[in-house]
Amino acid sequence: MFRLALKMLFGDTAKYLMLVAGIFVATFLMAQQTAVFCGLMRWTTSTLKNVPAPIWVVENKVQQINETNPMRDTDVGLVRSVDSVEWAMPVYVGIQRVRMPDGSFKVINLIGVDATTLAGAPPKLMEGNLKDLRLPNTVIIDDLAIERLSKNPKDKNATVKLGDSFEINDIEARVVGISKAMRSFTGGPYIWTTYERALQYAPPQRKMLQAVIAAPKPGITADQAAAEIQRVTGLKAFVNRDFTFDDKLGKNEFNTSTIWWYVRNTGIPISFGITVIVGLLTGIAISCQTFYSFVLENMKHLGALKAMGTSNGTLCMMLIVQSITVGLIGFGIGLLATAGFAKGALIKQQPPFFMTWHVPLIVFAVVTGICMMAALLGIWRVSRYEPAMVFRG
Amino acid sequence: MNPQWSSVADMSDVAPYTHAVKVSGIVKSFGDGGSKLTVLKGIDLEAEDGKILLLVGPSGCGKTTLLSIIAGTMNAEQGDVEVFGEHLLKMKKSAITRFRAQNIGFIFQAFNLIPTLNCAENVSVPLLIQGMASGKAEKKGREMLERVGLGDKWKNRPNQLSGGQQQRVAIARAMVHEPRLIICDEPTAALDAKNGAMVMELFHDVARKPGRAVIIVTHDNRIFKYADRIAQMDDGRIVEVHEVDGEVPDLVIHH
Repeated sequence: MFRLALKMLFGDTAKYLMLVAGIFVATFLMAQQTAVFCGLMRWTTSTLKNVPAPIWVVENKVQQINETNPMRDTDVGLVRSVDSVEWAMPVYVGIQRVRMPDGSFKVINLIGVDATTLAGAPPKLMEGNLKDLRLPNTVIIDDLAIERLSKNPKDKNATVKLGDSFEINDIEARVVGISKAMRSFTGGPYIWTTYERALQYAPPQRKMLQAVIAAPKPGITADQAAAEIQRVTGLKAFVNRDFTFDDKLGKNEFNTSTIWWYVRNTGIPISFGITVIVGLLTGIAISCQTFYSFVLENMKHLGALKAMGTSNGTLCMMLIVQSITVGLIGFGIGLLATAGFAKGALIKQQPPFFMTWHVPLIVFAVVTGICMMAALLGIWRVSRYEPAMVFRG
Repeated sequence: MNPQWSSVADMSDVAPYTHAVKVSGIVKSFGDGGSKLTVLKGIDLEAEDGKILLLVGPSGCGKTTLLSIIAGTMNAEQGDVEVFGEHLLKMKKSAITRFRAQNIGFIFQAFNLIPTLNCAENVSVPLLIQGMASGKAEKKGREMLERVGLGDKWKNRPNQLSGGQQQRVAIARAMVHEPRLIICDEPTAALDAKNGAMVMELFHDVARKPGRAVIIVTHDNRIFKYADRIAQMDDGRIVEVHEVDGEVPDLVIHH
């Protein structure tokens, strides 16, 4: 009987395609928008990925990495004095402007790292030498900078390369390295230099230190060291692990704190949430309406089957098989389309895209729910249909 | 072999009942209170093995309601319906559903063939309902189509056939599982005279056999000659029963 149910479904090409389209739209919108949202949220923590350090120490009121408050220079020494700290180095993190040879300005994320240890230097250097950063007026740029700071990114001869220079705050910055890096939330490329040079590039303020990066001594966990730093210095010490939904682990985790700050303080989740809900509602509306109309159109035949001795249970299972089949096909095509979008996004590195295994699983559960809802509408109609009605035309 | 199917196959044997269908004192009403309408007012009727019984009468006289009750698709308030020894009104709904699947073949006025299935698949539906594997059921469906003269059309879909051919497919579907009772609702109403006659000839030749009763509801006096007995209904009652023995009664049916 299930084969018969599928033949009835596939035989009505228009309705079948409409049903698949409904599920496809729902799957694509829900999966793609959720992945873009997750990607965007990850971008908010890109500084933590591009300046790798187990512990970040910041001013006590700071909640997220993109909004650091200035600290006293002596705070570096204070952190170093904590017993469980192996090393602690100053870091400059700030948004600055680059003046291009043609006089135009571009926004960048300037990172200043300790010149001696180069702690916090870019982890994936593609060209150049990290140690050259110790030479006068030198910087390392990320791969996005090639695109953003070039005259013509499509012309290989006109792109930024090693040895090229530009100006930051009227001071020369010569490129000695190109690194891979995660894109920033603000859209500007990352440029690394030494801490002292970063202070020259940045407009002077009374307090210039933005953060201190540190590492725990061997045998001590980052959480233990961060807790001791907080207790001893009164500063805020975050561990730099990765986003977690675990409240206990996430409390002092900088990625988690940053992402939650954006979720709570910006309209981004609402904007994406609305699109996801629209996808869900579109899926429900198209699928339920089309499936119900499919059932209504087939009521004469379903009624005949009922009169001929098909039980209500079998008819219900037939409707469930039909709706789940449509759901699986629509879900599959929707995920394929999302994968196609992801491929383009990952190659171009924009728009942001990050999909964990949870996303397809949750979307599948939602799609199954939509299908069951559509099937239930049909089941409700079929179970109320008296087999004697079939004699009345 | 599917045990359900084996039990159905055995039913082709002549059943030991004098009366295949015996309806006694059936009363059926619709609605409540002041709007209550009694459609059947104490019907007594018998249908015999190997015979064709026609239920005739004007529109609204209760023919289709009576047919639905005999088929086990509708309940009655009073009375008894005995089909091959089973008292349908005393059976549970699920048992009646099983009984219908195994013992009753249906032919509807509008054919009710599933448009997305080919003829063989349509004919095999009663076998699928009984749980037979689809390949085997379709094979039997094709054999049945041969018997109704549509062996070469098994791949066609209903919309590729004429009305007469579609009704022949419906006849094949009604008989493929060898039911003991065939219920027909206006089988020739949607057909022209020529096709109607062709369908009834076929029906008379193939469906009418010992161990099987056929009950047909009709308005069509052109098919009276194919009946063994004609029960005339009016206003919820059987007003007359004619035995057709070569001579067709001259009945006036008011539509």
